[in-house]
Amino acid sequence: MLIGIPKEIHPGEKRVATTPETAEKLRALGYEVALESGAGVAANFSDDTYRETGVSIVSSAKELWEKADIIMKVRAPEANTELSVHETDLLDSNKTLISFVAAGINPELLETLSKTGATALAMDSIPRISRAQKMDALSSMANIAGYRAVVEAAQHFGRFFTGQITAAGKVPPAKVLVIGGGVAGLAAIGAAKSMGAIVRAFDTRPEVKEQVESMDAEFLMLEFEEDGSGEGGYAKTMSEEFIKKEMELFAKQAMEVDIVITTALIPGKPAPELWTEAMVETMRDGSVIVDLAAEMGGNCKLTEANKIVIKHGVTLIGYTDLPSRLAAQSSQLYATNLLHLLTDMTPEKDGQLVVDMEDEVIRGATVVNKGEITWPPPAPRLYAVPEKKEETAQTIQVTEAAKDSPLKQLLFFGVAGLLLLALGSVAPPDFMSHFTVFVLSCFIGYMVIWNVSPSLHTPLMSVTNAISSIIIIGALLQISSPDNLNKYLAAFAILITSVNIVGGFAVTQRMLEMFRK
Amino acid sequence: MSDGIITMAYLGASILFILALGGLSNQETARRGNYFGMTGMAIALLATIVGIVTENYALMLGCIIVGGGVGLLLAKKVEMTMMPELVAILHSLVGLAAVIVGFGTFLDHSVAFTGVDQTIHNVEIYLGVLIGALTFSGSIVAYLKLSGKVSGSPVLLPGRHFLNLILLLGTIWFLMAFISEAQAGAGMNALMIMTAISLLFGIHMVLAIGGADMPVVVSMLNSYSGWAAAATGFMLSNDLLIVIGALVGSSGAILSYIMCRAMNRKFFSVIAGGFGTTSGNATAGPSGSADDVQPIDAESVAHMLLASKKVMILPGYGMAVAQAQHSVFEMSRKLREAGIEVGFGIHPVAGRMPGHMNVLLAEARVPYDIVFEMDEINDDFPNVDVSIVIGANDIVNPAALDEPDSPIAGMPVLEPWVGKTTVVLKRSMASGYAGVDNPLFYKDNTRMLFGDAKASIDDILKNL
Repeated sequence: MLIGIPKEIHPGEKRVATTPETAEKLRALGYEVALESGAGVAANFSDDTYRETGVSIVSSAKELWEKADIIMKVRAPEANTELSVHETDLLDSNKTLISFVAAGINPELLETLSKTGATALAMDSIPRISRAQKMDALSSMANIAGYRAVVEAAQHFGRFFTGQITAAGKVPPAKVLVIGGGVAGLAAIGAAKSMGAIVRAFDTRPEVKEQVESMDAEFLMLEFEEDGSGEGGYAKTMSEEFIKKEMELFAKQAMEVDIVITTALIPGKPAPELWTEAMVETMRDGSVIVDLAAEMGGNCKLTEANKIVIKHGVTLIGYTDLPSRLAAQSSQLYATNLLHLLTDMTPEKDGQLVVDMEDEVIRGATVVNKGEITWPPPAPRLYAVPEKKEETAQTIQVTEAAKDSPLKQLLFFGVAGLLLLALGSVAPPDFMSHFTVFVLSCFIGYMVIWNVSPSLHTPLMSVTNAISSIIIIGALLQISSPDNLNKYLAAFAILITSVNIVGGFAVTQRMLEMFRK
Repeated sequence: MSDGIITMAYLGASILFILALGGLSNQETARRGNYFGMTGMAIALLATIVGIVTENYALMLGCIIVGGGVGLLLAKKVEMTMMPELVAILHSLVGLAAVIVGFGTFLDHSVAFTGVDQTIHNVEIYLGVLIGALTFSGSIVAYLKLSGKVSGSPVLLPGRHFLNLILLLGTIWFLMAFISEAQAGAGMNALMIMTAISLLFGIHMVLAIGGADMPVVVSMLNSYSGWAAAATGFMLSNDLLIVIGALVGSSGAILSYIMCRAMNRKFFSVIAGGFGTTSGNATAGPSGSADDVQPIDAESVAHMLLASKKVMILPGYGMAVAQAQHSVFEMSRKLREAGIEVGFGIHPVAGRMPGHMNVLLAEARVPYDIVFEMDEINDDFPNVDVSIVIGANDIVNPAALDEPDSPIAGMPVLEPWVGKTTVVLKRSMASGYAGVDNPLFYKDNTRMLFGDAKASIDDILKNL
């Protein structure tokens, strides 16, 4: 089948759905790949580099859409002003479209798509399960957006991120607050941290704390118990009281931090307002706010989508196309996400696309199947519900308690003591002296062996093997026996214990030689 | 030579042996300790040969030289991955020698005992032979299992506990018979029958124990060989043998205990054999299907390693099987040259005998100061960027901590999943020895690199 990569027509969109590198791998799956001339230029991939990997270049968009069986693009289909045609009109029942769709906020688009009879897969509907991570384009893009947010902030921030002591005086490090610890938030934390800033982060989901702290950032805690984890790893709306506490925390932070990056989004709803105008006012002049939720109304109401505005001396960045501003990188990741999806959908590697609606990932991504709207997908199966920790601790404690029951120990020592006394009452003195030696040696052994380094347990076994062959003395006592049977038995015992003595010591030596620093 | 001198020589030898074991407390003193051991053995032998042996020197020396030669050859030739087999076979020799010496002592009528002394002497002979025979046959089966000549899976005869009980009662009954017959100057038959029973007992016991319980078995047999020597010492009224036997016996017992603790299992249930057969839900809680793992290729692993600051390598028995230790060392060396901190994490029961992994790594020239015990590194994992699990399964299974129903619940395990990324090298998705699914493979921060461990490591090496 032929995969067509049209040029993105959304104004300012620089990404492209396939890079030369992934095109080569698509061809290895049995597909042919065609590219609209100039589609990769904005992301620094020239037509020639595509041609080198066997991609055919088609000059007109119309021709490409007509020829291709599978259309892969970044943005959802929209009206092409140059051709004065809507991209969906170029689809028909034999074609499959793979792109971002945003089905939740685009019901009309779903309708139009279904009318064409085509099949459409939405990269933003891929279920968030482990197996599908490699195709999770939302995460890829969020990662880039988070990184770029820090770069934009640095661009508009008048000072260093890192603190320095210079001959000209001391430079304090910038303080960055990241609100929302999702993929974008974590990427922002990582970028800001590596530039040397002091980074703080806040999230309503307590499980994010660990991830934030693993990146060496400070997690801001609310003195309030409420779990903000919603379905599919996203956050949910919180209670009023919680929000009040949260606002108090932010108001306090507003007086301290230099840069705020907000990434709070709740699926299918306008972005929650987290950073009020009052907070902006209390921020120092020259501070920067990057609002990654600008497209959905913004976490700060002062932000304007796609613009940079300065209010109360604070720069508010409301770009909604941050991934596109890092076009080469985001194209590469998006193209790889697509490649992984196609790899899963081409089980025979014969260039034939199979839409397997039994497969949870494919099912989730398919929003229109041969003209039939299949969105929203059924709820994902749940895996590995985390066990309650306390329960485990309890069971383990029980076994330990059973082990160390003092009564049992007392009983054991009592019985052992009685047995020993009984033995002592009948045994001859000669035996008793040997027995004393035996018991004391057991204790010496106990003390000595506990000190042996665990890494030397194997040499310990081979050396104990060698010395336990001291049994050879028993055989030596009998070798001089006049009785032939005795003599030869003793000789045989000497033979095998000698194997053991020499073998044991030699192999121990060999092993010990190997241990070195 | 007077008895006093011999006794003094034995005392000196005993002290040297204790120093030999004490030396093993760390790598620097271990070699010196081994020399102490050799010296002790030489003194003991010399004193005995000069002081006690009166005839048949040629036969004796011949046996020592031939036996020593064979031993030396074995020691030089053996592969380090074959150490458990060698140790098992050497144990069997100690057991066999104990049996022979026991019979010899019984046949030797030069020293006459009467009354209680005689009974005690006969009980000592009986015990010496019993433990010796048990050690002998058990070690042979252990050797066969370890070398793969017999299947490693537990052989569970119907009514095996009952069978064991009958064998035990049989030995006690024959002990009575032996003592009463021996007083009348006979008893050879009872001794022979008992020997046969204990041989069977040893075979049956080890057959019922599965492959991954081998560390316990090997250390248990080590302990038995010690007790056999101690019993022989009682029988010969020889304190040197008693001391050594007690040292070796308690050494093996402690090792068995350490191994059992590392698997959170009771010693008795290991000996009773069969893993998970009593809990009945060995397949409890599979936490995902094979589809849900995230495969990765060697090249990406190499990139990931080069981008990390701290790498932890967690080897298991699979590394020994694949003979991958040299490639693993080569990888760790390259990473260290690139300024990346590399450590090895060893679980106490990794491999087929205590300390097996340490020896393999030492053989591959991995410096011992970057090889850590489980307890030393488990708290460190949050700082680890990449953990590489090579041919290990149950010892890195989070189910042991999270799932109270799991057959391995409560077993201490290495916890790589709290680190940033874990790469698991694995042949296929088959479960480990315990038959328990491993939730580690399905974790979000785990990547699976399928294939032979050595080939995979070599592939990674190519990309470093």
